[in-house]
Amino acid sequence: MRPLSAEPRRPRRDPAPSRLRYRIDRLWLRPWVRRTVNLGVPGLALVLASWTLFAQFDARDRVIAAYETLRESVVRRPQFQITSIEVPEASPDLAEQIRTAAFVTLPANSLEVDVNAVRDRVEALGAVERARVRVLTSGVLEIRAIERVPAVVWRSDRGIMLLDQGGARVAEVDSRRRRVDLPLIAGAGADAHVGEALALVAEAAPVRGRLRGLVRIGERRWDLVLDRGQVIRLPEAEPEAALKHAMALETGQKLLEREVTTLDLRDPRRPMLGLTPYGKDELARVRAEAAGGDA
Amino acid sequence: MRRQLYEVQRAMRARREAALRRGVIAVLDIGTSKVACLVLQFVPDEGSGAPADRPTLRQGAFRVIGAANTRSRGVAFGEVASMEECERAIRTAIQGAQKMANLRVDHVIVGFSGGRPRSYGLNGETEVRHGAVAEHDIGHVLAACEVPDHGHDFEAIHALPVNFCLDGRTGLTDPRGQIGRTLAVDMHLLTINSAALRNVIHCIRRCDLELAGVAAGVYASGLAALIEDEQELGAACVDIGAGTTGISIFVRRQMIYADSVRMGGAHVTSDIAHALRITPQEAERLKTMHGGLVATGLDDREMIDLPSALGGWDHDRRQVSRSELIGVMRPRVEEILEEVRERLDAAGFEYLPGQRIVLTGGSAQIPGFEMIASRFLGRQCRVGKPLRVRGLPGSATGSAFAGAVGLALHVSHPQDECWDFEVPADRQGARRVTRALRWFKENW
Repeated sequence: MRPLSAEPRRPRRDPAPSRLRYRIDRLWLRPWVRRTVNLGVPGLALVLASWTLFAQFDARDRVIAAYETLRESVVRRPQFQITSIEVPEASPDLAEQIRTAAFVTLPANSLEVDVNAVRDRVEALGAVERARVRVLTSGVLEIRAIERVPAVVWRSDRGIMLLDQGGARVAEVDSRRRRVDLPLIAGAGADAHVGEALALVAEAAPVRGRLRGLVRIGERRWDLVLDRGQVIRLPEAEPEAALKHAMALETGQKLLEREVTTLDLRDPRRPMLGLTPYGKDELARVRAEAAGGDA
Repeated sequence: MRRQLYEVQRAMRARREAALRRGVIAVLDIGTSKVACLVLQFVPDEGSGAPADRPTLRQGAFRVIGAANTRSRGVAFGEVASMEECERAIRTAIQGAQKMANLRVDHVIVGFSGGRPRSYGLNGETEVRHGAVAEHDIGHVLAACEVPDHGHDFEAIHALPVNFCLDGRTGLTDPRGQIGRTLAVDMHLLTINSAALRNVIHCIRRCDLELAGVAAGVYASGLAALIEDEQELGAACVDIGAGTTGISIFVRRQMIYADSVRMGGAHVTSDIAHALRITPQEAERLKTMHGGLVATGLDDREMIDLPSALGGWDHDRRQVSRSELIGVMRPRVEEILEEVRERLDAAGFEYLPGQRIVLTGGSAQIPGFEMIASRFLGRQCRVGKPLRVRGLPGSATGSAFAGAVGLALHVSHPQDECWDFEVPADRQGARRVTRALRWFKENW
């Protein structure tokens, strides 16, 4: 129904903003105010809400428990299980050692196994130089190890050990006869100079059959010990040059097949020979004969 | 001892420069019927040989990023009549423009047309000190102008050096660097009622804005509505607003005369309201929808429904023909134009080389205005729209916005006004420290 009289026309409402509204609008147009309100206030509210939630112990426990169950349900999936350990390209003996050292109880979880720790444990084995550990998709933990090769036998007061070229311990053996193919070194501190020892052994090739071993004297220089109690005393500095000199004497004059107990090369300008008692006597006799013959 | 003329304006200049450095400034045209606000964004002028200390701008180096206008309240004859109401209108306009620009503006330049502007022509003469005219010589000659007694309740808002004269050679716009002995200047001083000005300043301050300048509305609309040739050859801009009709005369790109008639479109509206016994709002609507100034035979037959004052459309229905409406409007428009003619005659407009008259302002949009005006003001009348500036929305390109656009042009390319030159030291007054510093600056 249409009313009989038209609505009295009201003047339009004044659209002017109130003074407060105007001020707030102008404040809102400041960039920092806008940033604070848009980012700062929600952020603050979020922090406060989480704070109040976590201040209550049971709520916190419930949240943690829910998280744990969720985590379990993921971790227990068969895709994440490790069922075997493979050690390719290693002797069965070493493989067994590595398996023990890896210290992984099967079945393990691939999310929980710390492969770096496993690698460190495996590399702590003397016989392993480097190791690479990885989890294959088929649930296999592969430990690829590079073995250390023993280079010398070291006899010390703590037992008989096999060392590699760098002097690192490879294994302990009960007798030197287990590895007669390797040269023997002895003396405290010898393990730090395995490279030098190997060079000296190589130099002593002319007397290879008679070589019994190298002795580190006073943790500073080497003695080359041959059978029949013969000793070549090498200097501290440049032992190889001195030994080369001795080997030249040996090959040329068969020096070491004579009645000699020690060949002292410690002073390179003045090598000395130590003679056996028989040799001494013979020398004295020969000299006396020569003197008598002359007389 | 003359008083310090332009202290307020100097403070405003500092604020205007701060605003230009910030790059955002608002212009506010406070009129009797509407308050228009434009937010301008400036791109400072790089690379031109302008002195580095003062930011200068090319014309058109700004764009309008916000525009709003609102019905003005509490303004009568271009002056603040009710502080509270006027403040609300300004707030509305500023808020709308800010919202469109999405930027906060702090500095505002105001143009308003009230306050009974008066023009004075000033002369000054001084000796050039060092042969070539330098900045301080111009400062001296401007300071040497004989300021007429414009009454203590009037205040200078524009003082434009119109013409420089160097040793008898006249017609120089910028004598800097030229050689001569005697420098004379003709200056145009525009004063307005200081009470009206202070009201506007206070109103702006109440809106939490900083006033960066005041310009006479007539000057601004002349800048916007006259094209360059007209400004050069001489032309008058007649800005027919709602409360006042402003007249400004330009020649050689300088305003040489300004005046205002305190009559305008609002009077036409009130005539309609009285004659047809309707409310002023309805009269305004009638004027804008059906108004006209030249009746034809067709207008006798075109009947306009009048809204009834008492409601009930069925028993109180009245109709007027369009020619009746035209008959109501025309005498008042003729009266305004007669008054304008008188003022132009008093200013000696007929002696100018150009006789072009440009009509602008909201009331100039009445159909047939151009025809009536040419009867009163001479043949060379045209209705002018403001210059096109970048970013101005289409709704603000009508002739009613000449004042606002002119203010924007004024901001972007201020004339070298009197206060742009430093006052010479001997007229600075008793500020010893300033004087000492100035002496140092000039001699070292």
